[in-house]
Amino acid sequence: MSPPRRHLLAAFGGLAAMPAARLRAQGSTLRIGVLTDMSGPYRDPTGMGSVVCTQQAVADFAGPLGLSVEVIQADHQNRPDTGSSIARQWYDQGVDAIVDVPTTSVALAVSGIARQKNKVFLNSGAASAELTGAACSPNTAHWAYDTYMLAKGTGAAVTRTGGESWFFVTADYAFGTVLQRDVTSFIEAEGGAVLGSVRYPFPATTDFSSFLLQAQASRAMVLGLANAGTDTANCIIQAREFGLARSMRLVGLLMSLSEVHALGLRAAQELLLTESFYWDLNDRTRAFAARVQPRMPNRAMPGAVHAGCYSAVAHYLKAAAALGPSVAELDGAAVLARMKAMPTDDDAFGPGRLREDGRKLHPAHLFQVKTPEESRGPWDYYKTIATTAAEDAFRPMQEGGCPLVRGPAL
Amino acid sequence: MDDIFGIPAPLLFGQLLLGLINGAFYALLSLGLAVIFGMLNVINFAHGAQFMMGAFVAWMLLEYAGLNYWWALILAPLLVGVFGVILERTMIARLYKLDHLYGLLLTFGLGLIIEGIFRNQYGSSGLPYRIPPQLSGAWDLGFMYMPVYRGWVVAVAVVMCIGTWLVIEKTKIGSYLRASTENAALVQAFGINVPRLMTLTYGAGVALAAFAGVLAAPIYSVNPQMGSNLIIIVFAVVVIGGMGSILGSVITGFGLGIIEGLTKVFYPEASATVIFVVMAIVLLARPAGLFGRA
Amino acid sequence: MAAPGFSGTEFRNEEAFFLGFSQAQVVAFVLLIAFLAISPFFLYPVFLMKLLCFALFACAFNLLIGYVGLLSFGHAAYFGMGGYITGYTAKVWGLPPELSIVLGGLVGAALGLVIGWIAIRRQGIYFAMITLAFAQMVYFFCVQAPFTGGEDGIQSIPRGFFLGIVDLSRDMNMYWLTAGVFLAGFLLIHRIVHSPFGMVLKSIRENEPRATSLGYRTDDYKLMAFVLSAGLAGVAGGLKSLVFGIATLTDVFWTMSGEVVLMSLVGGLGTIFGPFLGAAVIITMQNYLAEFGAWVTVIQGVIFVLCVLAFRRGLVGEIGNWLRVRL
Repeated sequence: MSPPRRHLLAAFGGLAAMPAARLRAQGSTLRIGVLTDMSGPYRDPTGMGSVVCTQQAVADFAGPLGLSVEVIQADHQNRPDTGSSIARQWYDQGVDAIVDVPTTSVALAVSGIARQKNKVFLNSGAASAELTGAACSPNTAHWAYDTYMLAKGTGAAVTRTGGESWFFVTADYAFGTVLQRDVTSFIEAEGGAVLGSVRYPFPATTDFSSFLLQAQASRAMVLGLANAGTDTANCIIQAREFGLARSMRLVGLLMSLSEVHALGLRAAQELLLTESFYWDLNDRTRAFAARVQPRMPNRAMPGAVHAGCYSAVAHYLKAAAALGPSVAELDGAAVLARMKAMPTDDDAFGPGRLREDGRKLHPAHLFQVKTPEESRGPWDYYKTIATTAAEDAFRPMQEGGCPLVRGPAL
Repeated sequence: MDDIFGIPAPLLFGQLLLGLINGAFYALLSLGLAVIFGMLNVINFAHGAQFMMGAFVAWMLLEYAGLNYWWALILAPLLVGVFGVILERTMIARLYKLDHLYGLLLTFGLGLIIEGIFRNQYGSSGLPYRIPPQLSGAWDLGFMYMPVYRGWVVAVAVVMCIGTWLVIEKTKIGSYLRASTENAALVQAFGINVPRLMTLTYGAGVALAAFAGVLAAPIYSVNPQMGSNLIIIVFAVVVIGGMGSILGSVITGFGLGIIEGLTKVFYPEASATVIFVVMAIVLLARPAGLFGRA
Repeated sequence: MAAPGFSGTEFRNEEAFFLGFSQAQVVAFVLLIAFLAISPFFLYPVFLMKLLCFALFACAFNLLIGYVGLLSFGHAAYFGMGGYITGYTAKVWGLPPELSIVLGGLVGAALGLVIGWIAIRRQGIYFAMITLAFAQMVYFFCVQAPFTGGEDGIQSIPRGFFLGIVDLSRDMNMYWLTAGVFLAGFLLIHRIVHSPFGMVLKSIRENEPRATSLGYRTDDYKLMAFVLSAGLAGVAGGLKSLVFGIATLTDVFWTMSGEVVLMSLVGGLGTIFGPFLGAAVIITMQNYLAEFGAWVTVIQGVIFVLCVLAFRRGLVGEIGNWLRVRL
C-alpha cells in the first residue's frame, strides 16, 4: 500500500476498516501519532510545532538506531470524544505511540485507552499532575511540565527571593484552584503569606480591572495569576494599564514562550514565570532550536511542550531500539518499563530520568521576562532567576498517590 | 472612609466606575444589534466576529500601513462596515422573505468562518496593541487610580450612543428608517429605496461593532475569540432591554455593566451568571423586556 | 409568524402505510434498519455509536424546530447534563447502565422544564437567544460544580452490564444497545409527531394565534414538546458518556448547540430521517477533517452558509423533493 493512501485511511479512521483489518505495514515500522490542538486556544504552544519536533526526533535518532518510523498527525479540536475516537482508531490500526495531547480531559482519556490497548502515550502538552498521580498508568509518561512543578518552581522561588505576600487572581475551575492551593502551600512553607484571592468565572471574563483593583487594595507584593492563555494575557495588559506593575510583581503561573511572544515585551516585561525549557539555556538547547526553527510554524522558537515532544520521542525510540521494534510494537508497557530503566539524555533537556510513576525529571527554571531594552532581538525573552534541581522540581512520588508505586496489596 | 456592606467606599466607587466601562461595550454592541434588528429583522450572530475584526483591522493598519490608533478609529469601522455591506448584498438580503431564524443561522455560520480564518492566520494567543500615547497615563481620583484610556472609552461610547440616537430620531434618513421599520412597503411606495436603506443600516450596525472593537484593542488582548465570549452576554442584554427602543438598549447596557461590576466585588464567582439571572427575572416579570413592546 | 414556515416543502399528507409511515418512508426506514444491522461488521463500532448518539440528539432537537418551529440554541445544556448525570451515577453510585441512562434523560427533562418554562414566553429569535443564554449559565454551573470534575470531566466511566447480564465493555454489545436506544427514540419521536398531540404542535408552528383561538393552551403544548426534546437529548448525552467512558465540558458548550443545529439543517429540518443523515455527514466530516486541523470551524461555517442560502430543505428534503415524496 502506498503511503498517501494509507495516510488517507488513517485519517478516515472510522469509515476505513474494522479493527481486525489492521493496517500494519510490512516489516516493523514504528508509527507515532501526534495528537494535538491545531485549531483551538493551545495551538501556538503545541500544535504544528509539536509535529515538527516529533519529526526532528525521528530524523535525529531513527536512522542511527536503525529504526523505520512514520509520523502521522491529527487535531483533536480540544474535544475529548474526538480525541479518544482518534486515539482508539490509531491504536487499533497500528499506531504504537501517541505524543503531545494538550488539554487535560483529552489526555486523561487517551491515557486510559493506551492502557486498555497496551500501547504508549507520551504526554507533553497537558498540565495536570493527575497523570502521574492517582490516574497514573504503566503506559503513560509525562514530559515537559505539570501543575506541581509550576507551583513549586514559582511559589517557593519567588517567595525566597523576597516576594513574601501574595494575592491571587484565580480562574474558577479545577486547574486554577488546584494551582492556587499548591502555590499557597509553597509560599507558606517559605514563610510567606497569602493576603487574599479572587476567583473569577472561567471562561467568560475579559475585563479583570475590578479584580486587579482588589489586588492592589490588598497591598500584597506579588500578584499571582492562577489562570492560562488569553486570561493571563488580559490580566497582564490590564495590570500594566492600572499601574499595578509598578507596585506589585506579576507572576504568571502558567505562561509559555509563545504567549510572551504574543503579548510583546512591552506588556510582558519583568513578568516571572516557570518553565522547564528555554531555547537559549545552553549550547545544546541552542543547537536543538537551530535545527527545528526553520520548519516551525511562523519560524517560531520551540517552547517547552515542543521540546517535551522531541525529548519524549527521542527516548522512546532509544528504548524501542533496545527492545527491538517488533517487541515494542506488541507491548507498550514493556517499552515504558525500558524507558524508565534507561537514563534520558537529549539536547532539549540534557541528562535526566523517567520515574516509576511515569514522571520525567529535569530541572525547572524561574525566568524573568526581559525588558525591551535588555532584549537583543526576536525571541530573546527570558533571563534565568533561579533553577530548581531535577530531583526537587517535581512532586515526590509518595505524595502523588500513584497506585503503581504503592506496592502490592495495601 | 466609611464601609458600605463591609466594602470600603472608595473601592466601591472604583468598581462602579469600572462597571460603567464594561457597560460602555455592552451598550455599543447591543446598540448595533438593535439597529440591525429594528430594520432588517435579523439577529446578527456575526456581531461578535465583526467586533473582533474591528480590533484586528486596527492592528493590521498599524502593522502593515503604519496608521495609528486615531486613523484606525475612523478607518477600521469604515472597512468592516464595507465588508458588512458586501455580506448584506450578497447573502443576507436573500433571506428577508424567509423566516427570521434563517438570518440567525446564516450569520452564525458567517461568524464561524470569520473567526476560523483569523485563527488560522494569526494564531490564538493574541496580538499586542498599545494604548495611544495621548491617552496613556492615569488620573489619581483620590479613591482610585483611573487610567485615562478607560475614561476615554466611556466618553466616546456615550457620544456614539447619543449620536446614533440623534441620527435615528432627528434626521430625515432616521425618519425613513423608522418609517420603514413600521411599514417598508409604504415607504417604498413613497419612492424611497428601502433595500439600499437596509444595506446601509446593516453596514452602520457592523461599523458600530468594529468601532467597539477598536476601542477594545488596547485594553483586551486582540485574539480571534474575543468576540464570541462577549456576544452571548450582549444577547442577554438585548433580551433584557427589549429591542423596542434604541435608548433602551443603551441604558440596559450601561446598567448591566454596573450590576456586573458590583457582583465582581461581592461575589465574583457569580459575575458571569448574574446577567443571565437578571434575564430570567425580567422574562418572568416583563416578557417583552424592560423597554420592549410586546 | 408571518414568514413562511421553517420547514421543508409541504406535501400532501399521504396515506399512512405502515406504523404511520408513508410508503416512501417505509422504504427509507427499511434502509435505515439494514444500515444499523450491517454497518458494525464493516465500519468501526465506536464511530457508529458516536454517530447514533448524535443522531438521537439531532432527532430530539428536530422535534422542536421541525414540528413546533422553536429554534433552541441551547440544546447542549440537556445533552451535556444528561452525560454528566449518567456518568456520575454509573461511576460513583455504581448504578447499572439502563438506570443511569434513564436518570440522565430525566434530569435533562427536568432542566428542560425549568428553562422551557421561562423561554417559551418569547418566540422566534428571542427564544433562540434566551435558550442560548440559559445554556451558557448551565455551562458555567458545570465548570464550577464539584461533581462534574471541572475541565477534567468525569473520566473512565464504566459501561457496566446491561440488565446485569450483557457485558457492555465489549464494543459490539454496546453497539446493539446504542442502536436499540436510538431506534426507540426515533420511533417515539415519529409516534409523537403523528399523534393528535403532534398535530396540535404542527398547528402551533403554522399559526399559533389560530391554535389558541381553537381552544388549545399552546404554551402547555410547547412546554411539553420542549421537555420531551430535552429529555431525549439527555438520553443521547448519557448514552454518549457510556460509549466513550467520559463526560466533559465540550458537550455542554455552546458550540455543541450550534453543531446540533447544523446537523439538523444539513439533514433537513422537519424531516424524520434528516437528523440521522445530517449527524452522519457531520460526524464523518469531523473524523475526516481531523487531518485538516485548523480549517474545521471554517468548513462548518461554510456548510452553514451554503445550507441556508442554497439547500434550505437539507439533504433529505432535497432527495424527497427530487423523488416527489415526503421523507
